[in-house]
Amino acid sequence: MAEPAHGGESGAEAIGMPQLDFTTFPSQIFWLLVALTALYFILTRLALPRIVGAIEERHDAIEDDLDRAAEFRRRAEQAEAAYDKALAEAKARAQEIANQTRAEAKADLDKAIAKADAEIAARTAESEKRIGEIRDGAMASVEAVAAETARAIVDSFIPGETTDADARAAVSARLNG
Amino acid sequence: MATGASGEMHIDPMEQFLVKPLFGGEMSLFTITNATLWMAIVVAVIALLLLGGSNGRGHVPTRLQSVGELMYGFVRQMVTDIAGEEGMKYFPYIFTLFLFILFSNLLGMLPYSFTVTSHIAVTGVLALMVFVTVTAIGFIKHGTHFFGFFWPKDAPGPLRPVLMVIELISYFVRPISHSIRLGANMLAGHAVLKVFAGFVGALGVFGVVPIAAMVGLTAFEFLVAAIQAYVFAILTCVYLNDALHMH
Repeated sequence: MAEPAHGGESGAEAIGMPQLDFTTFPSQIFWLLVALTALYFILTRLALPRIVGAIEERHDAIEDDLDRAAEFRRRAEQAEAAYDKALAEAKARAQEIANQTRAEAKADLDKAIAKADAEIAARTAESEKRIGEIRDGAMASVEAVAAETARAIVDSFIPGETTDADARAAVSARLNG
Repeated sequence: MATGASGEMHIDPMEQFLVKPLFGGEMSLFTITNATLWMAIVVAVIALLLLGGSNGRGHVPTRLQSVGELMYGFVRQMVTDIAGEEGMKYFPYIFTLFLFILFSNLLGMLPYSFTVTSHIAVTGVLALMVFVTVTAIGFIKHGTHFFGFFWPKDAPGPLRPVLMVIELISYFVRPISHSIRLGANMLAGHAVLKVFAGFVGALGVFGVVPIAAMVGLTAFEFLVAAIQAYVFAILTCVYLNDALHMH
């Protein structure tokens, strides 16, 4: 029903190439320039600054984060170095203290040993002296007993023939000879 | 039946390209037509996409923001690759052209829509703007030395004038090929789709064959829509590079 009117209006053969209908050119060109100008200003004033801004901000943020990560890493490395140094120092100190303590202990020990040795030597000497005395005493007693015994024996064989001094001299000569 | 059949046969593949005043009246400079409407839609869609997407300004981009940034990065890469860092001065200009053509082509794929870039009046102006701007840049940058662009120094002596004529012709043909390549691609693609659509009614049950073909063609047309916008922008960059650095 609507077709005849539609067909009659457009007139199928009359369409041809709408692209070459020059009466539409001024309007098309005018509005194209308006549209392009509008688009150009929308892009340069609004869209591009936002897009470029967003991209740059992101870029900066990433760069900042990387910088901060590098800074943290540097600090961590520093902390590790400080820790290592402290550890090494502590170890050295511990070693030193141990050595010192050992040396002190050794000195004390040496001193004690020396003292003990001296005491032992003193006691040994005293003991030797006393043993010597005892031995001398014993020898003297033996001489006296021997002299007396000798005189008694000689007296019993030949009474009055000998004296105490003779017997003592003879015993002494005999013991020492 | 007969009238219905003749009505189907009546589909004119060129009807979709008619520029009609929206509010009636005679065609004049300021007449608002369907072409005006679709240019406005193109600008509005681009603005929505780029401005809506960049609202958040998040460090992690939203989906819409990613689309805007990808397009920005894509065109930026193209400009710097071809015309160098100097070309970045003209980036907004090329970005405007690329987005306008891309979205005109893509929105033209919508049923019942109007493809702005299928008109030689539009593509011609776009190409002429590039031609005039690039030539002006060439002369501003190099002064009269820019004429050397047409003088083949390395060619043998007697051949030089001949080559100069060829160079001149090829230079002035640029806007023509630049505009017709885009306009004709859009025109042909849409017309072919319409012709196939006309077959559907005429073939009855066997209409599935042209429908299948149209599905494939529609996919192909989307490819063409993107590629032609890319080609237009890349050629603009090439011309700009010629003007900036000569060759």
